[in-house]
Amino acid sequence: MSTLEVSPADTQPGRTGPSIVNDFSIQVSTVNGSGSQTANTVLMRAIFQMGIPVSGKNMFPSNIAGLPTWFTIRASKSGYIGRRKEIDFLVAMNPETAREDVMKLDGGAAVVYDEPLKLNELRSDLHFYPVPFDKLVGPVCPEAKLRKLVRNMIYDGVVAHLLEIDMEEVHKALVKQFGKKKAKAAELNWGAARAGFEYAAKTFTKADPYRVERMNQTAGKIIIDGNASCALGAMFAGVTVVTWYPITPSSSLVETLIGYMRRFRIDPETKRATYAIVQAEDELASIGMALGAGWAGARAMTATAGPGISLMSEFIGLGYYAEVPAVIFDVERVGPSTGLPTRTQQGDLLTTAVLSHGDTKHPMFFPCSPEECFSMTVDAFNFAEQFQTPVFVMTDLDLGMNNWMADPFEYPTTPIRRGKVLTAEDLDRLGGFQRYKDVDGDGVGYRTLPGTKHPHGSYFTRGSGHNEKAQYTEREDDYVNNMDRLAHKFEVMRKHVPEPQVHFNPKARVGFVACGTSDYAVRESCDQLRAEYGIEANYLRLRAYPFTERVKDFIHQHDRVYVVDQNRDGQLLGLMKLDFELDLVAKLRSVRYYGGLPLDARTVTDDVVKQEGK
Amino acid sequence: MSTTLNPPPKKVNRIGLEVLPYKGSKTTLCAGCGHNSISERIVECFYELGVAPHSVAKFSGIGCSSKSPAYFLGMSHGFNAVHGRMPAIATGAILANRELLGLGVTGDGDTASIGIGQFMHLVRRNIPLIYVIENNGVYGLTKGQFSATADLGSTLKGGTPNDLPPFDCCALALKWGATFVARSFSGDKKQLQAILKTAIAHKGLSVIDVISPCVTFNDHEGSTKSYSYVKDHEEALHELDFVPFYEDISVEIGEGETREVTLHDGSHLRIRKLSRDFDPTDRLAALAALEEAETKGEVLTGVLYVNTNKPDFLELLNLETTALATLPESKVRPQREVLDLVMEELR
Repeated sequence: MSTLEVSPADTQPGRTGPSIVNDFSIQVSTVNGSGSQTANTVLMRAIFQMGIPVSGKNMFPSNIAGLPTWFTIRASKSGYIGRRKEIDFLVAMNPETAREDVMKLDGGAAVVYDEPLKLNELRSDLHFYPVPFDKLVGPVCPEAKLRKLVRNMIYDGVVAHLLEIDMEEVHKALVKQFGKKKAKAAELNWGAARAGFEYAAKTFTKADPYRVERMNQTAGKIIIDGNASCALGAMFAGVTVVTWYPITPSSSLVETLIGYMRRFRIDPETKRATYAIVQAEDELASIGMALGAGWAGARAMTATAGPGISLMSEFIGLGYYAEVPAVIFDVERVGPSTGLPTRTQQGDLLTTAVLSHGDTKHPMFFPCSPEECFSMTVDAFNFAEQFQTPVFVMTDLDLGMNNWMADPFEYPTTPIRRGKVLTAEDLDRLGGFQRYKDVDGDGVGYRTLPGTKHPHGSYFTRGSGHNEKAQYTEREDDYVNNMDRLAHKFEVMRKHVPEPQVHFNPKARVGFVACGTSDYAVRESCDQLRAEYGIEANYLRLRAYPFTERVKDFIHQHDRVYVVDQNRDGQLLGLMKLDFELDLVAKLRSVRYYGGLPLDARTVTDDVVKQEGK
Repeated sequence: MSTTLNPPPKKVNRIGLEVLPYKGSKTTLCAGCGHNSISERIVECFYELGVAPHSVAKFSGIGCSSKSPAYFLGMSHGFNAVHGRMPAIATGAILANRELLGLGVTGDGDTASIGIGQFMHLVRRNIPLIYVIENNGVYGLTKGQFSATADLGSTLKGGTPNDLPPFDCCALALKWGATFVARSFSGDKKQLQAILKTAIAHKGLSVIDVISPCVTFNDHEGSTKSYSYVKDHEEALHELDFVPFYEDISVEIGEGETREVTLHDGSHLRIRKLSRDFDPTDRLAALAALEEAETKGEVLTGVLYVNTNKPDFLELLNLETTALATLPESKVRPQREVLDLVMEELR
């Protein structure tokens, strides 16, 4: 008789202490290409539908099938949706990683696993729930070739039983996931989930403390990833030319956009597209096309990641110097070089700020949530045209590719603003124009679009030296004047970029500065520092570069300011050092994480505590 | 009767413009540079056909050739881009405003070396654009290095022979999808005019490879891109005559001696046979003719290929017929109900 048939409840440590409700992390380890994404999304969604704040993070390989993948779901009654390092509940489906996955757990964690893996032999301080997946999948999925895909849905049922997730919600989530068109697939998967639930119900005695309870914290919210949010932002910003080259983790941004544009941006009368989306031959071409389109008056964009940013460098210098609007999405991943293409990092901050040779500076927006991905994208298009320059929307793999709960997006209230573009009528009135003359004192000249029907409507755009009239020049004074105007324009941008979000308590002596997805860890860390160490910390979340005056004020208001970076070299800190006077720089400290996973609060807290000497 | 002398009436084209608006600033290229002749042909053709200057957008990359857009069509918008990447800029601009008549001027370094990738993808997409390659086989602006179109065995000024075979940009364009492909010589005024005018009327990508000698770095004995070499080795496929849409075409020339191609705007290209009967709608014949000429050491000029049926890239994209760039907000920002619907789907 196999030891596996011994009732798990008898061999595991009994329940100690009260149950832990709506505050734990589930990790599912599988191999990629096995359909686990569906099972994981359904599980996350079912918890979400029960009103419990939840986040899901996919840690996947740069591979199509057969390599290890981990998905973590965090349920948090307090609303913490950043990554949590500790795993409370493991679903071990991958024979290759199962041992290591189990050995990493803290004592008291629960493990649902594929029975033949015999994981219960590894440790005695965990709660084991073995499930014979192969035996269960046969009866619910007669078609052998589908079994591999359906098999994973069984753990949804098992976990639902063990964590008291309402099976009605699992069903609802399944139907949502598969949509009306795939009702048959939904039915098949529902059968598998039920089989798992029933097996768990009759086999297991609950031994671990984790469970869910209905809340009302997610009513009205949506689930969406950052890439889709940027895509929607672009559509509602009125983007007309989209050029791109596939690269992880940005590809789904444009792919999602293609889907929405086909549905909502075909003119109902002409039946023609009010946009062009072109998959270019490389990033050199995608940024070139975006700049060509921006020059000719389109709202143009491209989306890429680190390697693409490196390739675009030459053209970005042209965009800066010739003053051509475009919006560039950089969904950052781990560099340098190819790096870890499917892991997250804020690795391009320093490069992007000064991308290209010569003196260049570029505005960057830092959304931290789906809501901001949407609204800042809308703003970025107006900003690019207002200042006639490439604007970067910096997100990362964590924000871009993971599912987040979010408030429904608000319809844009600002109209589409095309910036200083002169029409033929304007030219009649003015008699002419000088493309690079600072008429209004904001460093931004007036432009015309090719095709403007006027004898004085044209100008010549070039990446070589040019004077106010856009004529070729190598004169020292012309060059310096132009570069000074561009520097002035950047200073004006400083007053127009999105202001930081500040949490301020006058009693606090230390502060945090962070941007993007560091937000979730930093906010949770502030609570940990207060609750566990009595350290009160303020927090300024940057939403853009160049830094506004408010950032300087914030540093002045504190003894020490911890600048949080998701990269090795403290790139955000580096940008601040370039910008600020020495007295401010002296107050800056660095907290860095660069392991490729989403930043977690404990990492931040531990580092700060150490630096504070506590 | 008045005795004052009236100035002679000013000569204007069919849209009432003199030639001046079609000119550009003074050239800064070397005296005798083939590129200057090409600029002159561009001025003449756009003036003679009465193309509105504001409707033209000029594009170039980097190099001597790419400086030339400043020397013609001074009333048109121009964009001097980065080395080898003019096709991307031109593609984006034309996507943004399909009403523009795009005119790209590039060189053999710009197109056949650093820009060969973008050139090939421009060809593959059949972007509506006139793409003139001012081909002199040499890098002029960096003072005389071989380009990728230099012939095998052709020598540099100092005598160094080229030991690699050339790219034939016409053959590449023919193979991968350009719909108008021609080769000419900057010294052949009549032929180049007919070809440029045809390109103006053509809908789709026109690749025009113009052998345009560099008087400073590649006009010596031993060069296969010198004036004297091209004059001695030019083999014209046919005689060309362009009849614009607004002119009467009724005057016929002898049956069997000419072919006629009707272009998109109703203009005609009349092709008169010389020593051979060459069918410029036969792509394979064109490729064969280029191969044969290469073997014989001839510089084959004329219209190699014209295809008036293939849809261009804008048609494939099903683009709005007016410029995307200036669509009003009501056309490009979906209504509030659309956002509500999408949000509901995500709940």
